[in-house]
Amino acid sequence: MAIDTQLDLWEVFIQNKSGNNYIHAGSVHASDKKMALQNARDTYTRRSEGTSIWVVPSKEIVASDPNDEAMFFDPANDKIYRHPTFYVMPEGAKQI
Amino acid sequence: MNTQEALYNYCLRLGDNALIHAHRICEWCSNAPFIEEDLALSNIALDLIGSAQCFLKYAAEIDGKGKTEDDLAYRRSERQYFNYLLVEQPNGDFANTMARLLLMSAFDVYLFETLATSKDEAIAAYAAKTLKEVKYHLAHASDWVIRLGDGTEESKYRMQKAINDLWLFSGELFEMDETDTILINEGIACNLHDIKPKWQNYISSVLEKATLNLPEAIHMVKGGKNGLHTEYLGHILSEMQYLQRAYPEAKW
Repeated sequence: MAIDTQLDLWEVFIQNKSGNNYIHAGSVHASDKKMALQNARDTYTRRSEGTSIWVVPSKEIVASDPNDEAMFFDPANDKIYRHPTFYVMPEGAKQI
Repeated sequence: MNTQEALYNYCLRLGDNALIHAHRICEWCSNAPFIEEDLALSNIALDLIGSAQCFLKYAAEIDGKGKTEDDLAYRRSERQYFNYLLVEQPNGDFANTMARLLLMSAFDVYLFETLATSKDEAIAAYAAKTLKEVKYHLAHASDWVIRLGDGTEESKYRMQKAINDLWLFSGELFEMDETDTILINEGIACNLHDIKPKWQNYISSVLEKATLNLPEAIHMVKGGKNGLHTEYLGHILSEMQYLQRAYPEAKW
C-alpha cells in the first residue's frame, strides 16, 4: 500500500450566518490547527458560503457502530409520544 | 511629469505587480504539493488578478484614450511593464514561491495600509479592498516559512536558500523616483521609506520564528519599476499575451 503523504485528516464545519448551526461541509488535510483552518477556508468558503469555521481532527470524532444501529435507534420508532407533535407551532417560528 | 501622468504610472506599477505575481502563482495550479494548497494558491492568484484589474482599469481611465484594462494587460511589451523584478522570478521549489510571497505580501500589507488613506478616492477604495486579501496572503506565506524553516533538515536548508536567493530583489521594493515624489506631495502615494522599517521588522520576526538567518546586506538589483527586466518577464508575457497577439480582438 502506498504511504499516505497527505497529512492528518480534519473534519470541517461551516456556519453560514451568525446564529445558525454549524454544518458538516467535508474534510481537509493539514498538519496543525492553523493550517487546518486556512485549508478549510480556501476549500469550502471561496464562494461566500460561511462566516465561521470549526475544524476537528477526524480521529477525535467518536462514531456509533453501524452494527449497533438496531439497539441504538429502533426503540425510538414506535414511541410517537416522544415527538412534540401535539403542539401548535407558533407562526413565524422557522428555526425550531 | 504632471500629476496625471504620475498617477497613470503609479497605477500601472500597482497593477503590473499584482498581474505578474498572479501569473507566476497560477503556474502552481494542478502542481501544488496537495489539493488544499493548490486551492489556496489559486485563491491568492485570483485575488491578485482582481487587484490588477482594478488598478489597470483605473490607469486606463486616467490615460483617457479609450483603452481598457485588457489592452493594458495584453498589449504592452516588456519595457512597458513596471512590476518589481521580485514578482517575475521563477517559482523554483515551493520554498522559493513562499519566500517570494512572504517578501511581497509583507510589502503589500504596509503599502495598502497607507494607500487606504490616500487622497485619491479610487486608490483608497481599491487599497482597502486589497488590504484584506494581502493580509491573508501574508499569513499564509508566514506560516509556511515558519513551518518549513523550523521543520526538517531538508526543509530548513531549502527555506534558507530561497530567502537568500531572492534577497537581492528586495531592495527595489523601497526605491522611489519622480512619480512617487509628485504623488507623495499630493497625499496620494505611499512614502516607501516610511514603511521600510516596518517591513524589515516583520521579516526579521518571521525569520527568527522560523529559526532562519536574515541575509546579510548585499548589492540589490533594480530596474523593473522603470521597465528594465530580467530575462523572465518576456517569457511570461509571451505565454500570457499569446492569444491576444495571435488573434487580435478575439471574443469568447
